[in-house]
Amino acid sequence: MKIRLDRTLCDGFGFCAKHAPGHFSLDDWGYASMTGDGSVAPDDEADVKRALMDCPVHAIIEIDEQDDDV
Amino acid sequence: MTTTAANPGITVAVWPGCVPRLVNQGAEDFLDYRAEGGYREMPDADQFLAEVQRSGLLGRGGAGFPLAIKLASVRDSVARRGADAVIIANGEEGEPTSIKDRWLLRNRPHLVLDGLRLAAAVAGATRGYVYVSDPAAARSIEAALSEVGAETLGLTISVYTVNAGYVAGEETAAVRAINGGPAKPTDKPPRPYQKGVAQRPTLVSNVETLANLPYLARHGATAFRSEGTDSSPGTFLATVSGGGRPPVLYELPHGAVLADLLGVHGIPANQVRGVLMGGYFAGLLNPEALEVTLDHQTLRAGGSGLGCGAISVLTDDCPVAVAASVLAYFGRENAGQCGSCFNGTAAMAAVAEALRDQVATTEDVGRLQRWAGVLPGRGACGTLDGATKVAASLLTQFPELVALHLAGACDTCRGGAFRGERPYAIEEVPA
Repeated sequence: MKIRLDRTLCDGFGFCAKHAPGHFSLDDWGYASMTGDGSVAPDDEADVKRALMDCPVHAIIEIDEQDDDV
Repeated sequence: MTTTAANPGITVAVWPGCVPRLVNQGAEDFLDYRAEGGYREMPDADQFLAEVQRSGLLGRGGAGFPLAIKLASVRDSVARRGADAVIIANGEEGEPTSIKDRWLLRNRPHLVLDGLRLAAAVAGATRGYVYVSDPAAARSIEAALSEVGAETLGLTISVYTVNAGYVAGEETAAVRAINGGPAKPTDKPPRPYQKGVAQRPTLVSNVETLANLPYLARHGATAFRSEGTDSSPGTFLATVSGGGRPPVLYELPHGAVLADLLGVHGIPANQVRGVLMGGYFAGLLNPEALEVTLDHQTLRAGGSGLGCGAISVLTDDCPVAVAASVLAYFGRENAGQCGSCFNGTAAMAAVAEALRDQVATTEDVGRLQRWAGVLPGRGACGTLDGATKVAASLLTQFPELVALHLAGACDTCRGGAFRGERPYAIEEVPA
């Protein structure tokens, strides 16, 4: 699984860092960035999918190997 | 016919001993440009891509990214997606202290268009845009386009004009604007070479980068490399401002020593208090760094950068106060999209302004240091990175001055500190 984070959409709810702290970090104001390149190991997929589904502004998007949105 | 004249306030100069490739005297017209060897027969696309690769030509918009890699990425994307590419000549010069792109568009429109058609042929582009905010540049390109036939250019090219803005020149902002959105960056991926204008693979290249291609097509990579350094070949345009002197646009080889450039500009090294590098993007250098050579590799290694080649010299102004004004500019001029950026730039500006006003605490400076370390890379575009470079360079290049301001002992700032909405900007009489 591969994801991208659109930081122009992020409103700092912080659910992503709660569900998948290994993939998202928050700044001093609660806004998220990805900690890696968006590649998600199979063991982490459930956590990251929960982050994706719970993001209120849909800032986390699943992409394919060509970086196209899934 | 002649195109719009250059801003009369800008002097153009060529480095001693350097044969200019980009600057000339007076605006060019089509017949002169073609008579001097322009708009030659199109080279084979594969062979020319190999020549661009051998030349080592780096992008002149600020990032210094190899053009050959960008071209190859767009070509690969065209092959993979089966869609023709789009090319954008980016002349939206967001850096307030830079004039080079506007100068090229106003004075050498055919050189830029010739470079655009060469890049388009390599990239497989069938549609081109010249993306600008400067009305005189737009008029100049429109006039040049009316002189050149479509068969010479090989693709349809139009001018796309946006309102000026610091972030409007970022490559994804150009794509977004042409797609009908605001001229503000988008997050990556996708990058323009993957999905750009109308979802097609898109090459966004700075106009100075493109303006190097006709020389390369005519003289080859070896001649191109005869100026500059191994890792930063060729000449580049530098806008030098500040220091109480009128700004000058120089063409000079990469690898020239900064102190020598300032000497040519008429500013002795012993008068320099600091230098703002790469427009507002690459932070400040202290006077001990004046022996640095002006190439991407050397400046990056020192934590600075050549960026778009804009260099502003501080002689009377306090570097702390200049940093505060530049950070405040970032606080106002960021796109207002990414939380880390609109919060981070405002927070860093607040500390720098408190330091300038000599009311900051050690804890404030500690926070500035931390933000300068943790915020880079947290924005969709480079604006936040530029702001963190200004903050980081203030702390690392001028530790004694920071301590002096913490102690409330800077006489320069006490007597009316430097304040500028757009420090050292090249403000023009409207053309």
